[in-house]
Amino acid sequence: MAAVVSPTSLESAPRIMRLVAECSRSRARAGELRLPHGPVATPVFMPVGTQATMKGITAEQLDALGCRICLGNTYHLGLRPGPELIQKARGLHGFMNWPHNLLTDSGGFQMVSLVSLSEVTEEGVRFRSPYDGDETLLSPERSVEIQNALGSDIIMQLDDVVSSTVTGPRVEEAMYRSIRWLDRCIAAHQRPDKQNLFAIIQGGLDADLRATCLEEMTKRDVPGFAIGGLSGGESKGQFWRMVALSTSRLPKDKPRYLMGVGYATDLVVCVALGCDMFDCVFPTRTARFGSALVPTGNLPLKKKQYEKDFRPIDPECACPTCQKHSRAFLHTLLHSDNTAALHHLTVHNIAYQLRLMSAVRASIVEKRFPDFVRDFMCTMYGDPTLCPSWATEALASVGITLG
Amino acid sequence: MKLSLTKVVNGCRLGKIKNLGKTGDCTMDIPGCLLYTKTGSAPHLTHHTLHKIHGVPAMAQLTLSSLAEHHEVLAEYKEGVGKFIGMPESLLYCSLHDPVSPCPAGYVTNKSVSVWGVGGRVEMTASKFMAIQQALQPDWFQCLSDGEATCDEATSIKRARKSVDRSLLFLDNCLKLQEESEVLQESMIIGVIEGGDVMEERLRSARETAKRPVGGFLLDGFQGTPTTLETRLHLLSSVTAELPEHKPRLICGVSQPDEVLECIERGVDLFESFFPYLATERGCALTFSFDYQPIPEETLLQQNGTQEEGKYVDQTKKSKTTSCNREMTSFEINLKEKKYQEDFDPLVRGCPCYCCKNHTRAYIHHLLVTNELLAGVLLMMHNFEHYFGFFQAIREALKSDQLAQLKELIHRQAS
Repeated sequence: MAAVVSPTSLESAPRIMRLVAECSRSRARAGELRLPHGPVATPVFMPVGTQATMKGITAEQLDALGCRICLGNTYHLGLRPGPELIQKARGLHGFMNWPHNLLTDSGGFQMVSLVSLSEVTEEGVRFRSPYDGDETLLSPERSVEIQNALGSDIIMQLDDVVSSTVTGPRVEEAMYRSIRWLDRCIAAHQRPDKQNLFAIIQGGLDADLRATCLEEMTKRDVPGFAIGGLSGGESKGQFWRMVALSTSRLPKDKPRYLMGVGYATDLVVCVALGCDMFDCVFPTRTARFGSALVPTGNLPLKKKQYEKDFRPIDPECACPTCQKHSRAFLHTLLHSDNTAALHHLTVHNIAYQLRLMSAVRASIVEKRFPDFVRDFMCTMYGDPTLCPSWATEALASVGITLG
Repeated sequence: MKLSLTKVVNGCRLGKIKNLGKTGDCTMDIPGCLLYTKTGSAPHLTHHTLHKIHGVPAMAQLTLSSLAEHHEVLAEYKEGVGKFIGMPESLLYCSLHDPVSPCPAGYVTNKSVSVWGVGGRVEMTASKFMAIQQALQPDWFQCLSDGEATCDEATSIKRARKSVDRSLLFLDNCLKLQEESEVLQESMIIGVIEGGDVMEERLRSARETAKRPVGGFLLDGFQGTPTTLETRLHLLSSVTAELPEHKPRLICGVSQPDEVLECIERGVDLFESFFPYLATERGCALTFSFDYQPIPEETLLQQNGTQEEGKYVDQTKKSKTTSCNREMTSFEINLKEKKYQEDFDPLVRGCPCYCCKNHTRAYIHHLLVTNELLAGVLLMMHNFEHYFGFFQAIREALKSDQLAQLKELIHRQAS
């Protein structure tokens, strides 16, 4: 539980992360987050439940899969159903009846990625609602106000988000503005004892800018740090270098949340680079397109080759889908209009992600993480030479060689 | 299979069908309903969420229209459709058509009947039909039949006669083919009563079909068209009077609560459960009461509730039409309506289903407004449980001779 602090300063912000084990070679860590709605083992993958629902699976199903923290989106929920209603429903936990932890992002990313008519000023992000055309201003204060109403266990600062493919002065402007907005978020935060406000490191793909951001933001004693501005259109080579730079300058005793990362290989590599928390729509979104995640990649089950494949998606998987159903049946169901097909795959893909992180964590605790990484890459790519070069380089940079 | 009647009162049969299934130890209650499925799965529901529902019927309905095109796959699988769909413990009944999706008329010939799958039309002769059933291996299956006598506006006697003749021919062919199939010895053919709206033909169909060694009877052609069920009820009584007592009577296309009761009173035992599915698809929750023995204060509350609901329902939407109508009925509430936005009550107070125990009307409203998949899942869970509860109430009312009260309660809510 978060310790009680005076509302005016975060000088003694709670240490919500307890380190359980560290890899002696790489920067991988295993830990435990202590959050208001219960402990969360790290490294952790957090499924994204955008609009107060995990896309077709019930809260009970998600709990049964072992999920202990998932995401909600401030932008979406701020519009529909709105913070006032959610507050009446006893917060987002009460509204969706989720007993475990919730993390809400600030709405910043959606502002930029979803809304064509959005304008960023020092005040905040001005945008037009896609639902009723009304103009609103999402300021750091307003974002925190909405998140306070939502009551999520971890809330994110409003950051000035620029696409990772943008270069030039805009990147610098956004980085400095994000620092100023962080301070405004900290000042506006009404519930530091119940909700943990994370900072988001920006700076794009510029090492100097990112280093500056790291230096400044780590002066603020927030409970955790997110690495933002990545996982857009940048090259993987640039991506890993920015992640590595960030983790090298972030405090060890606070969680590192890498936003928007969810591909299996990326997860494993970024754990090696020292990240603890991840979120991504990929596994749940790809499920709804009929794609099942497996240790060797993915199975596009709608394809004809699975029509008579009577094996489960993964014989090693303990999820309800794999326990009861074959690829052939799922193939048949995916070609019907019964939404159950999508739910079967959503369940499996979430199980896959959680099982992967569990296995990663166990290997760190049992001091065999580098071997785990090698096995993982071998299963996924076959030959070490077929492994993507960025991953090989990234792993090498923290002392893990493949093959 | 053995059907034992506990009692028959005012034409309603209360009893059990025992010794069902491959192992011979499954039982079904009558009157009862079958679990509606689409392509072998309850709509929106995985095994996990389906099994959170209380009172799921022992027998599920599969439709040939959704499975016929997968014949090859099932034949190669060899182990039967029950295992293929992940319901090995369930009893299975395979109907020809899906009661919810109307199929184009005009494709029945003397030699074949067609069903429509995702990939288009599948034409089936008796041989092909039986070959498909061999791959499916259901516990019961509707025999190939000509159900188009009622498709035209006015049934001609000629067309009615043809539907009976063809269906009997198909039946005899299929029975013969069944004799020659080892795999299908465990499956039961359900004879189909046709004859359109022509009394003479209906009686002929019933008498002739009853002469054959069928396991039960499907009353076809009584379902929703502009002419409502009401005008066919007389035919229905006459038909069931001709059928043997000890074999089950199924009806297709009838699923609405008031119609279900009318049919039970005329000797029907088993119904399809697509009505809760249709309600789900229109974003509605079944809220009709089947508590015919409420304590006095609750009667007042419920009556007020019903009246209040009635006030808001758009008059043009409410209509006493038959089950396959896509329009909202007076047995449900539409969660898309703005008034539910801040309603933190469950869908139905006191309902023990997963949705009502865990979620609010406001949440379901939000899910519908934002087009989230979970809306369908939660509504389906509630609607099925509510519907299965209704059937349990029917059986209990029959047992305690209180069906009249239940009927009156349902009728009060039917308009």
